Amino acid sequence: MRELDVKVITQTVARLCIEANERLPEDVKAAIQSCRACEDGQIACGVLDDIIENYGIAQKEAVPICQDTGMACVFLEIGQDVHLTGGDLATAVDEGVRRGYEEGYLRKSVVRDPVRRGNTGDNTPAMLYTEIVPGEQVRVTVGPKGFGSENMSAIRMFKPSAGLEGIKEFILETVEKAGPNPCPPMVVGVGIGGTFDKAALLSKKALMRPVDSHHPDPFYAELEDEMLEKINRLGIGPQGFGGRTTALGVNIETLPTHIAGMPCAINISCHVTRHKTEVI
Amino acid sequence: MERKITLPLTKELARSLRAGDRVLLTGTVYTSRDAGHKRMCEALAKGEKLPFDPMDATIYYVGPSPAKPGQVIGSAGPTTSGRMDAYAPAMMAAGARGMIGKGERLPEVVEAMKKYSGVYFGAIGGAGALLAKCIKKAELIAYEDLGAEALRKLYVEDMPLFVIIDCEGNNLYETGRREYLHTKKQ
Repeated sequence: MRELDVKVITQTVARLCIEANERLPEDVKAAIQSCRACEDGQIACGVLDDIIENYGIAQKEAVPICQDTGMACVFLEIGQDVHLTGGDLATAVDEGVRRGYEEGYLRKSVVRDPVRRGNTGDNTPAMLYTEIVPGEQVRVTVGPKGFGSENMSAIRMFKPSAGLEGIKEFILETVEKAGPNPCPPMVVGVGIGGTFDKAALLSKKALMRPVDSHHPDPFYAELEDEMLEKINRLGIGPQGFGGRTTALGVNIETLPTHIAGMPCAINISCHVTRHKTEVI
Repeated sequence: MERKITLPLTKELARSLRAGDRVLLTGTVYTSRDAGHKRMCEALAKGEKLPFDPMDATIYYVGPSPAKPGQVIGSAGPTTSGRMDAYAPAMMAAGARGMIGKGERLPEVVEAMKKYSGVYFGAIGGAGALLAKCIKKAELIAYEDLGAEALRKLYVEDMPLFVIIDCEGNNLYETGRREYLHTKKQ
């Protein structure tokens, strides 16, 4: 049994909030650069150059890449041999978000009530997911999620008879509807299977995976490549001004599901798809 | 083609801009997004004055991140304009001709743009660090309680923008994509 003070989690979350917002992950940078190399749209090339310049400035000057520094999605994989001490875990995570968003001059974008609104003033609460895993480590992932793209996400409960074709059409239809709104080039997270809620969570988890990674099952790995290619034939292009680069990647996550269903959730993200992980 | 333009956005200037034009914009713009627009439109409905003179004004749909010490403003890229569609016609009726944002607009906004000679500019969404470089002055003028959504008066220099929808209703999102797909077919 390893004892771990939740203060360490607070500090880690605070640091990851800042780092994730100032430094674009290397996998996303590499995807943007390789898309720039094969972009053939006129305006599109200029837009991609500006996007590359932008994340360069953010990193060099330690400022947020995008002003929408997001809701702090925090994923904790907690080893079952870890005993957390020193306070309540969710409170410790929120304290990390509070400190990170204050010390990092990040924007506070959270309202306390979905209907009656009212900014909480410190970007809390975090959207916290915990999972108990084997071992005695804690793996912390912070993914600040902007809402320009979150608002373009969708979920559908398919009949199993809709099959693979139904899912392919749904992905293309969702990207098409999103159009210029989610700041393309986008990253498309897809969750297939599980229950209604699990499919949505899978689609968010898919966005935490490096954009150049693949589903372990070759069937879905091929589907990721196929859908990326199809999306990049839609012509939406960077910022929706026309071009090849509509998406940087498609990440699919799957779970077993019920005999009567085939849930599919699509979480859309932008060219500032952020995620940063640290193991304690 | 890149064109330098200076605000205010008079009717004459607005009518000379075409969808697809790349412009470098200099002058005073006002920031507002969801909550600010709601308040402004409530004020207009009650016949009250707005916190700034809307005549020929340009509104930038942005909620910047906080400025670090020594900075004029934090990162400041555009937010999705569609959420302001409910308010944009009323703002144009009050005289505010220019809008800077990103993403699609509803047909009723485009109709109002035709009626009032409005122009919808696009800034690169997600390029907040880059766009902040063009902002030379920032002053909070109203609704401070809204935090990032407060109304600010900004002075921008050579802000790189695209005309997305012009006052005749031409739309770069439609033409840009169509032209790209057309060249691919050839």
